[in-house]
Order: sequence, then structure tokens, then C-alpha cells
Amino acid sequence: MGKINWYKYASPASFYGLAGKMIPGFAALSIVFFVVGLYIGFFVAPTDAQQGEAYRIIFIHVPAAWMSMFIYIVMAVYSGIGLAFNTRLSAMMAQALAPTGALFAFIALFTGSFWGKPMWGTWWVWDARLTSQLILFFLYVGYISLQAAIDDPRRSDRASALIALVGVINVPIIYFSVKWWNTLHQGASISFTKAPTMAYTMLAGMLFMAIACWMYTIAVALYRVRLIILERERHSIWVSELLTEGLR
Amino acid sequence: MLEATRLECMRGDRLLFSGVDLRIEPGGLLHVRGPNGSGKSSLLRMLCGLVLPEAGEILWNGKPTRNSEDYHRSLTYMGHSNGIKEELSGLENLRINCGLAGFEVGEEEALSAFERMGLEGREHLPAKVLSQGQRRRVMLARLLVAETPLWILDEPLVALDTDAIGLMRSLFELHLEKGGMMILTTHQELEIAARNAQEIRFST
Amino acid sequence: MSILVWVLRRDMMLAMRRKSDVLTTLFFFVIMVSLFPLGVGPERELLKAIGPGVVWVAALLASMLSLGRLFSADYSDGTLEQMLLCPESLSLIVLGKTFVHWMTSGLPLVLMAPLLGLQFGLSGQALWVLLASLLLGTPVLSLVGAIGASLTLGLRGGGVLVSLLVLPLYIPVLIFGAGAVDASTSGLGAEGHLSVLGALLVLALLATPKASAAALRISLE
Repeated sequence: MGKINWYKYASPASFYGLAGKMIPGFAALSIVFFVVGLYIGFFVAPTDAQQGEAYRIIFIHVPAAWMSMFIYIVMAVYSGIGLAFNTRLSAMMAQALAPTGALFAFIALFTGSFWGKPMWGTWWVWDARLTSQLILFFLYVGYISLQAAIDDPRRSDRASALIALVGVINVPIIYFSVKWWNTLHQGASISFTKAPTMAYTMLAGMLFMAIACWMYTIAVALYRVRLIILERERHSIWVSELLTEGLR
Repeated sequence: MLEATRLECMRGDRLLFSGVDLRIEPGGLLHVRGPNGSGKSSLLRMLCGLVLPEAGEILWNGKPTRNSEDYHRSLTYMGHSNGIKEELSGLENLRINCGLAGFEVGEEEALSAFERMGLEGREHLPAKVLSQGQRRRVMLARLLVAETPLWILDEPLVALDTDAIGLMRSLFELHLEKGGMMILTTHQELEIAARNAQEIRFST
Repeated sequence: MSILVWVLRRDMMLAMRRKSDVLTTLFFFVIMVSLFPLGVGPERELLKAIGPGVVWVAALLASMLSLGRLFSADYSDGTLEQMLLCPESLSLIVLGKTFVHWMTSGLPLVLMAPLLGLQFGLSGQALWVLLASLLLGTPVLSLVGAIGASLTLGLRGGGVLVSLLVLPLYIPVLIFGAGAVDASTSGLGAEGHLSVLGALLVLALLATPKASAAALRISLE
């Protein structure tokens, strides 16, 4: 086995090819895990004694909430690397991840409210988790709009990286303060944490769904980063060669 | 001594210049020429440290200029904007700008600099009532009091009349004679006597 | 350190010559707070309950709106560029500028707030807590806001953009600021909330000037 030259893949041109080779694998894995996860969620996991069938939405809700959190952290890590070492590719990765993160945050909010309706008879409760999720969604929106507002790619990379880092430092502070606020105002009578003890199969279903979401995120982010690379390097020789090859 | 090797600059996704080498020693003048948009200002801003080079390095007395306090103490940069606050008087502007650049200027010294710049009687007027040329003179007055060895001046003569241009020329020559270094862009034809004059010419 | 003195002197001088800016922010705050009774009705108990939150939200918005003044004038006339070339620390310059900005946009709100609290029927003690919480909290708003202001320098639609960036980051200050007054009126004591606000202030003082300085370098490139 030959040694892999990692530096080679830090250049957008060679990463473009590598990413193209990786996408089908991750996409296939994601489909497999989604099928298994959904099967467990809908057919294997037993009906909940208190919540009936409605609880099954957690198989989407919980993994989406996890992912929105993870992706923000991964984005911040990429941003930090980009700022520290001035690597263009990591900034592009951070940007490629942001829309998916925002999507998961939105799904978590949406399904959370769908779960809330049969459970508490209302579409929205100012529960600590839902509220933090909402603020996380706002952070994603801020990141994406800053990045979109700056035309110069280098300034856009570096400015959005900085706001991602500021955001990730603030996430624990925000979470802590929202929790404090929640206990003070509501006495925490209802909370997602107090869901009935989870059956083993339920946990397995959620884990499969979470892995499926991971694979989906990687595949989509790689796809998006390829588009970003093409757009950024559209004046370079290798892209025009690629395009003429594609036409042939 | 200021040295730069293989500088490369991107603006957006356009390559402005690459492979620029330069070296200026005490008494040296570097004139950067070229049409609008060819990258003159970007080169000057890059040498100051305002723009990060895409590739290449910049050394001041053999050490990297980035985050170097010594370099910033030795440098006076003047760009397109005057760096003048309209609400403050000319004199206040000069003294505050010097204070921010890290050295104090006494009232007497500042007044005599204004006199030499042909601004006597206008020292205490708010800058907003001064003409463009007069504001430029307020900015350039800093060169009279600054004791920095390296001047990087981007179009310093814009809006100046012939008298002021003559004055600036003699000031530049004095600076070079004393062993100062200067990097300059101008659209005017300006003959500056220097022991060691070089030129970089950009094209689009 | 002398650089800090220069920046403070300069920005105070400039603020003194543009006094109307201070009044605009202050009146925005007053009008904003006065709108709420018109919107929700003059019921005394309700106003008493929402008073602290309303004053705090209005302070948040007023402080955010004034962020545009923090760097943009210096950006357009080229003095900010000169500050970046200053041999001393840019963070110190940012700190000085933010302090003056708070003196001219935050402090007037703090002093006005008890008067507005009276309109909402807050008790004497609640007014003191409101004053203290704003005194600790509004500097944090200016410090955190400075990051947003420097990142959006010179961008089209910068004003709206800065609100998207900065308002989510203001939430902890809002929670503990308004919470302090609530806690004191419900007899729990405001010390806990106020000490968290103090901790946030210390944290912001330590961390944000560096972040804003980095943001300025990015925006001026």
C-alpha cells in the first residue's frame, strides 16, 4: 500500500476528483441506514403506552436535532482550520455544510412542533430544547446570510469563519441561559428529557437514523463543495479542461 | 531595508499580479507605475500589511513584517482617503493621527508643520470647511513631523496645486537624502532626485 | 497604553461634536418602550409583568441600531485603515472605541430606563435592579455588537445583516437582564442574575476586542 499524500488532497483541484469518487459510497450507505432505521422505527419499535403512535416522530426529530448541533461544531472546526492555516478548502467545506445544518435545525423545529401537538395540545411550547434549537437555527441563518452578502470570496470565507467561531463559543452560553430561563419560568413540567424510558429498539432505531443522517450530510456536503470549487476555480485551466472533456 | 519576494495578489477570483520581487535600501525610491486597476494600490496595501499576499513574503530588515511592531513603527502609509475627520480641526487631526501612529507631536511643532504646508490661519478650522487640496495638505503635514524611515504613499499628489507639488518634491528628496525609503504611485510626471531610483511597471 | 488614551480622547471629542446622535438613539428607546402599552392595553398588572422585558428588548434594539456608528465613519474616511497600521494593539483601539460608543449610546439608555420603568408601574426596588442589570448588560451588547459591526463594514444591507448576526448572541444578556428584575419582584433576589451578567461582562471584555480586531482586518483587506 502506497502512502497517501494528504497535502495533495488539500488543493481544491485534486479534492474535486476525490470528492466525486466518495459521493456514491456515502449516498448508498445513507440510503441503507435510512431504510433500516425507518423500518425499525415504524415496524419493530413497539407502540408507546402513553403516547401511542405519535411518538414515532422522534426517529426523525432526535437525529435531526443531534445533527444540527454536530454540524455547527464541525463547521466551526473547519472555520478555525481555515483561519489558522489559510486553507481555502476548509472554508469551502464549512460553507458546504451550513445549508444542511440549517435544514436539520429546521426539521428538528418542525417535527418538534408536530410532536408537541398530540402531546401537549399546542404547536409550540417554549421548552428549553426547542428554544435553543430555534436560536441555533438563527445562528445558521446569520452565518449563511453573512457569507452570501460578501462578494469577495476571500473576505467571505474569513468573515463567515469568524462568525462561526464566535457562534460556537456562544452556543453553550446560550444553551445554559435558556435552560436557566426555562426552569425559572415554567418549573420544567414538560420536557423532552422526561420522555418515557427508552426501549432498546427505540434507541437502535434512532442510532441508525443518526448514522443515515451523517452519511447523507457527508454526501451532500461533498456534492456542494464540488460545486463551490468549480465556481471558484472557473477561470483555472483544469476546470476548462474538465468542461471540454465533459462536452466531448 | 524592505524586501519582498514572489508576491502574488488575487482580487476576487482575478489574479492581479504574481511573482513581484522588490528590494529597497536606505535612500531608495520605488516608483510603481501602471494604468488604473492594474494592482498598484493593492501592492502598496500589501506591503503595509493591510492585504495578505496569496503567496510570497515581505521582510523588514530580514524579519517578516506581519504583526511586527518594529515594522509598523517604521512605516508611514497614506492611501486614497485622507484619513481626516471632518468634525475636528486640522491641528487636532494632525496631532491625533500622530498619536495613533505611536508618537506625540507638540503644539509648536504641529503649528510650524502647518505653516510649511501653507495652511497658516486655518489650523483651527474644522476640516469640513477646508477644500480637498487643503485636506490633502493636512494629511501630508504628518510627513513633516513623522520620523519614520519608510514612506508608502498612494497617489499623494492628488488635488494638490503646483506650489504644493513642488513642496512635496523637495520634502521627498530631503527624506531620501537623509537615508529614508519611499514607495510611491503617481499619475503626475514627477522627477525626484534619488541615489537609487527604481520602477515597477504594471500592465493590465 | 497611551494609544488607549488617544482613542478615548479622539472619540469623546467626536461624540461631543455630534451630540444629535446620542439623542436619536435615546429617543428611539423611549418611543419603542412607549409603544407597548398602546399595543397590549393599559392594564396595570399586565404592564407590570412585561415591563422589564419590554425595556430590555428595546435596549437591545437601540444598542443594535447604534452599532452602525461604531466603525463606519472611520471606515469611509480612511482613519480606520490608519488604526490598523498602528504599531500598538488593535484590540486596545477597539476596546477604547467600544467604550466611548457605550458611553454615548448605552449609558443614556441606562439612565433613562428607571423613568420608563415607572410608566410600567415597577416598584422602587425593581427599578434599582433594572438600572443595575442594564449597567452590567449594555456594555456586553456594545462589545459583542462590535464584532458584528466590523464584519459587516461596507456591505450592502449591512444594517439588517448586523441584526441577524448579533441579536441571537444578545439572548443570554436579555435573559439574565430581564430575569434579574423578575427575580427581584417575585422575591427570589436578583444577586444570581446580576452575578451572571457580571461574568458575561468580564468574558466579553476579555474575548471580544480580539475578535473584533480580527474582523476589522478581514473587512479592510
